Amino acid sequence: MSDMTAGLDSGIETAARIPSRRRGWVDALVRSVGPIVLALLTGAILLAIIGRDPIAFYDDVLKAGLFRASGLQDTITRTAPVLLVGAGLIVAFRAGLWNLGSDGQYLLAAAFVAGVAPGLLASVPVAIGWILLAFLGMAVGAAWTIVPAWLRGRYGVNEIITTLMMSFIGVGLAALLVKGPFDGPSTVPQTSVIDPAGMLLDLPDVRIHIGVFLALFVSAAVYWLFARTAFGTRMDVLGANPRAAVHVGIDVPRLTLVTFMLSGALIGLAAAVDIVGVFSYMRADWNPAYGLKVVPLVFLARLNALAMIPFAVFFGVMSIGGAYATRRADLPGDFLLVLIGLVLLFMVLTQYLSDKRERGESLLPRRTRIANAHA
Amino acid sequence: MTLGADRSDVAARRTTPDQLTPTVELIEITKAFPGVIANDHISLVAMPGEVLCLLGENGAGKSTLMSIISGLYQPDSGRIKVGGNEVRIHSPRHGRELGVGMVYQHLSLIPTLTVLENLMMGANPGIVLDQRSARTRLAELASALGVAVDPDVRAGSLALGQQQHIEIIKALWSGSRLLILDEPTSMLTPQGAMELQGVLRGLTARGLAIIFITHKLHEAIAIGDRVAVLKLGRVVGTMGPDELAAAPPQELQERIITMMFGEAHAPDAEVAELREPAVAARAAAVVTAEPLLELVDVSAVGADGQHGIQHVSLTVHGGEVVGVAGIDGNGQRAFAEVIAGQRRQIAGEIRLAGTSIDRTSVSARQRMGLRYVTDDRLGEGVVASWPVSINLVLKRIGQMPYWNRGTVDRSAIETTARELIEEFDIRTPSPQTRIGKLSGGNIQKAIIAREVAFEPKVVVFNKPTHGLDVRTTHAVRERIGEMTRQGVAVVVISSDLDELIDVCDRVAVLDAGRLVGIVENGPGAETRIGELIVGAAAAVPIPA
Repeated sequence: MSDMTAGLDSGIETAARIPSRRRGWVDALVRSVGPIVLALLTGAILLAIIGRDPIAFYDDVLKAGLFRASGLQDTITRTAPVLLVGAGLIVAFRAGLWNLGSDGQYLLAAAFVAGVAPGLLASVPVAIGWILLAFLGMAVGAAWTIVPAWLRGRYGVNEIITTLMMSFIGVGLAALLVKGPFDGPSTVPQTSVIDPAGMLLDLPDVRIHIGVFLALFVSAAVYWLFARTAFGTRMDVLGANPRAAVHVGIDVPRLTLVTFMLSGALIGLAAAVDIVGVFSYMRADWNPAYGLKVVPLVFLARLNALAMIPFAVFFGVMSIGGAYATRRADLPGDFLLVLIGLVLLFMVLTQYLSDKRERGESLLPRRTRIANAHA
Repeated sequence: MTLGADRSDVAARRTTPDQLTPTVELIEITKAFPGVIANDHISLVAMPGEVLCLLGENGAGKSTLMSIISGLYQPDSGRIKVGGNEVRIHSPRHGRELGVGMVYQHLSLIPTLTVLENLMMGANPGIVLDQRSARTRLAELASALGVAVDPDVRAGSLALGQQQHIEIIKALWSGSRLLILDEPTSMLTPQGAMELQGVLRGLTARGLAIIFITHKLHEAIAIGDRVAVLKLGRVVGTMGPDELAAAPPQELQERIITMMFGEAHAPDAEVAELREPAVAARAAAVVTAEPLLELVDVSAVGADGQHGIQHVSLTVHGGEVVGVAGIDGNGQRAFAEVIAGQRRQIAGEIRLAGTSIDRTSVSARQRMGLRYVTDDRLGEGVVASWPVSINLVLKRIGQMPYWNRGTVDRSAIETTARELIEEFDIRTPSPQTRIGKLSGGNIQKAIIAREVAFEPKVVVFNKPTHGLDVRTTHAVRERIGEMTRQGVAVVVISSDLDELIDVCDRVAVLDAGRLVGIVENGPGAETRIGELIVGAAAAVPIPA
């Protein structure tokens, strides 16, 4: 504990109580939604600078992503993998474990599911096939976290580096699998296609598959895990104060492994749902790269799996509507990444300012304040 | 109640007239945090050439006030004058530029760098470090302090007292007018503390103003030209040089205690401060024949450059308090952690009530009644951002009745928390308050409550009263006495010799990870232990 925080702690403790209720709720909302609003505004300015009409652009985003029936269905479908990857990241992050290898875990699970699914779904009842494929995705995702988790838990090796490295290997290995053992009959390197009868059921009259409900259920379960269970509390202790975790007798190496595997399993489940729910096959060069796009959302949701739901919808609108809008505005699809980057930037800024306010400092930059003082 | 209102006597001691301007003057400083007013219209004056001692319980607002002077916090209202000019100290850097030097309780030198490198690092370095002028400056300041300093020795190889001298030099490096020392003697040996007094005297003779924060009344009386007592964010009493000179220390001490706690608490606090031996009280303790904790030839490696322990053997019986003395960093932490199970032993055997626990996990040892009150309260003892209630059951996660088949029962936790808060007199607004917001003393009470509740057999206390105020210290020592009456075996690890003499039956001395002797408490024990410790103090090499 640094001297600074020690000073803070012994400073706050005291005496007379003043009747001030924290506006904690409003604060949380500002911190979560503020960065998105600021990013969209800055995005608008950027659009204006490069000669596009920002209003028309955002209008297109909303129209294609939200107000058009087909767009809304795509948006909702898209929330499924985002929620599941998000749940996986939340599990790890809350335990203070930086699983930044979700792309490798996702893609490797996708490759296995896409490689096995067509044959499996043709030979067993589809419902059983789905369950087996879900477990397959989870097992592959979990397996890919074992090495970083073990190195971290046993030897304290920085998991940011190991998960990123494992992610590169995983992405490459997934492509190899699709080109090799899982290659289908098509001339391009891709797996066989799942028969339409084997795909996840859609809800009546819409193109929204039941995997979305699975994702919502998993989000609620992860929320419950942290809110109510001893297992979740242990992960929270590990994340909040790893030395306290050792002190209170938590088996840290074991918990690290279990947490990492759970994280990887949820990410692998996202891949299974995507393949069997939406894509039906996998090409060797395919990579939706959810991982790093979902990370900022997870933090905006303050590592709360239920609060993640609106952000997943936002992400869905932006990616489905954004794809349409960028095409219409003749911009590269990567413009969405610019917006996500801006969200990250403003998130850090909002955090900085609200920390400053908590310390009772002025929000104005220092130079201005000195000038004011002299005025 | 502004200090320095009466200046006539001060003027008599001045050599030059301009020294009459206070170095730093605080006027009606108020600072509130959510839920508390840490500083409530505090006015204080630090005069050049004087030591102002700031006394107060944990949570009296001392740290906040010093953070305001050093520029870390901004006051909500009130004014600060430095050298007669009103200023806004908007950052610690600005504070340093204005001549406010701060020495924190915990030393912050980088052990692998040399003394000179440490000092150059702290001095707002440009791209190129100017070694030659740094050497000159170091020699200059070392002679001002009256100490010998080797610029090229690694900071980590210095004794704590010497490291503190370097910290003081660092604080004075760019020309300080005010030096703030936050509990500077808490890590020092008695000799080191005496030496520090001499250093401070030398500095005030050169016109420096010093603010000296301490818990120890006798120190404040010995060192201070003025004494100010803070309580609940207010200045509740001050003493000027006249008053300090007029009365004998004994009487001053009583007056200060009255200021701090009011009349009612004076006798209590006095007992703790003057350490009336608790030996008599413990005559009633039942020392059973049964050894509850046995260490047989135990060795373990240390962490963070500290000593491990080598071939330590020690037996503690029920109803007995065994002290472990020694200078910090001589294996105390490894000793405590290996008993708690947090650190793996590389040799030897540990038995709890006759049963070997070598392969028993931390939480199983906890369930068996072996408890460890850590000295690193915020670092590992609690999750600071969590409520008091859950911190009180932090070592029982997943256990009945707080977790039922893995699912939390919040009302059970709440009930137990309320009971413990009541029983252990933990001052908290509610069980839901974040524990990090409580004062150090109340955090310690919560940790002790957690360890001592639920039928302990053996309790290891690591520096149980370090940094606590007089009253809490007394309460903690009472608690230790009470446990022995219930037949609990207690180990108290402390670098405070007075404390060990006060509470222990026997005192073992750790030197460089080895147990160099065990002394029965009684007449002359203090000297004997002191000799063993000082023998240790002569050489504290850190093994490779």
